[in-house]
Amino acid sequence: MVEKRGAGIWFTHLSLILGIAIICFPIWFTFVASTVTQEDIIRPPMPLLPGPHMFENYAKAWNEGVNAPVSTMLFNSTVMALGITFGKILISILSAFAIVYFRFPGRMLCFWLIFLTLMLPVEVRIVPTYEVAANLGLLNSYSGLILPLIASATATFLFRQLFMTIPDEMVEAARIDGAGPMRFFWDILLPMSRTNIAALFVILFIFSWNQYLWPLLITTDPEMNTIVMGIKQMFPSGDDWADWPVIMATAMLAMLPPVAVVVFMQKLFVKGLVESEK
Amino acid sequence: MATITLNAVKKTYGKTEVIHGVDLDVADGELIVIVGPSGCGKSTLLRMVAGLETITAGEISIAGRKVNDLEPHERDIAMVFQNYALYPHMSVRKNLAYGLKIAKIPTDEINRRVAKAAKMLQLDDYLDRKPRQLSGGQRQRVAMGRAIVREPAAFLFDEPLSNLDAKLRVQMRMEIKALQRELGVTSLYVTHDQVEAMTMADRVVVMNAGIAEQIGPPLEVYRNPASLFVAGFIGSPPMNFINPALLSDIAPAEAETLGIRPEHCALTTAEAGRLSGTVAFCEALGADTLVHVRMADGSLLIVRSDGDPIETGEAVGVSLETPEILGFDSDGRAIRS
Repeated sequence: MVEKRGAGIWFTHLSLILGIAIICFPIWFTFVASTVTQEDIIRPPMPLLPGPHMFENYAKAWNEGVNAPVSTMLFNSTVMALGITFGKILISILSAFAIVYFRFPGRMLCFWLIFLTLMLPVEVRIVPTYEVAANLGLLNSYSGLILPLIASATATFLFRQLFMTIPDEMVEAARIDGAGPMRFFWDILLPMSRTNIAALFVILFIFSWNQYLWPLLITTDPEMNTIVMGIKQMFPSGDDWADWPVIMATAMLAMLPPVAVVVFMQKLFVKGLVESEK
Repeated sequence: MATITLNAVKKTYGKTEVIHGVDLDVADGELIVIVGPSGCGKSTLLRMVAGLETITAGEISIAGRKVNDLEPHERDIAMVFQNYALYPHMSVRKNLAYGLKIAKIPTDEINRRVAKAAKMLQLDDYLDRKPRQLSGGQRQRVAMGRAIVREPAAFLFDEPLSNLDAKLRVQMRMEIKALQRELGVTSLYVTHDQVEAMTMADRVVVMNAGIAEQIGPPLEVYRNPASLFVAGFIGSPPMNFINPALLSDIAPAEAETLGIRPEHCALTTAEAGRLSGTVAFCEALGADTLVHVRMADGSLLIVRSDGDPIETGEAVGVSLETPEILGFDSDGRAIRS
């Protein structure tokens, strides 16, 4: 790194602060809007400093919301996001294990089939997937929210690449030590993939939390709404009246869990992406 | 403690045969070094004994028990790998104990064996460290320890020292040898380094292109190589090969090539030597100097001399200790007189 002195350091910091301010302003705006009353928002200019109604707005959002209380939607989102994340990790690590360490007929075919699904995101296969989910009676259920999104070619590919960097001698040493395949998986492969699992957890959690289209289709009952789609559902259609402070409070609450995941797992996340020592 | 017997062992990959039938009897407590150039099949042979490669034909027995179809952990062997293959997320203690834990050996017995091995290898202070916190030599010791705690019938070493620097290699070479003596465990040791083969082995197996060219004690192999390949491979600097036409009066009739070790040649004046040539270059090693002499027919002859380096281009003569000259026939076999 080039060390800067004098005016240079001030300029650097100023531009960084400016950049942060630009990025943070919409979030600040949302926060302010969640602490004032409806009238304050509608009457221009919109206030830029927090008002005194924060507690009542958040309490209203949490307990009543517009269609469904935010607490319910947050719970639904958490179940869906964790379900998809853990499901994806479990399935992809096991399939990568099978593809890398076992020689069975059609092994490469399996790999390419998994790889091919990368080209078929939910949006492309949404109609048939909906049809299948509906026929299985998965509408308005957690299984319906989770299962269709649970397979992940990306994660499988990532684990495959990771396993391929683990030297063959590791497997051979384990075989001589008398560890069977699943024992090897639990005792050696899983701990060695720890940081990668953490990195993947962060990415996948945010991916799952932000699911919008699929939950919108599969849930019709407000009790099953997830928070990301729920915010959109709060918007008025036609001449309806929108409760903006409550919507903004909901938006703030929806942001908290992904932020918490990133903050608490940042260390492991970075380690997982950069660590190379095996 | 046990014997290892290989009986006409062969290995094919698809249609290519890489091991063409190797016979070997390893006595109880013996350290056998399998040496050869890269790709000669020495590691494959060792991995077949370990059970990491299937045996295409022939039979391998350990302690009198046929092991062809047994899993590696049922063969009562322990293996030390070239890159150590330590489990990176486990402490040294857990690395040592892992195999025993799987074998469901009682905890106090595991602790006893780990402590004993750690003491033997001076690893006591490092038991709670992770492999990445250790130096190369210490990792090598942990890999040894993992083999020792199993108390196996045989040790298998797959080029265990090739990842160490030269100085440490010399030290570990002696430590492994001493340890093997002390424990008296039958060992197979694969290396491409002929110095390791010479210094460590009770007997050497020289392999070339999937065939065991010669099996015997190191000095025996050095002094009486069975073939041109063994003569050229064992010994550093390598044996000199001379066209018999240059020494027609002493060469055996059927000899295609003559061989003599550099230490059995000496420099003399251009007139007095059996052979003569000019100095191509010199390698001063300190204690002695390797003089490369360009012969009349263009070939190079290495002479080990205790003198100082000689100017390039100077005309010299080479005298030979004629009883030490070996003859090789057209198949590269040694001619026994």
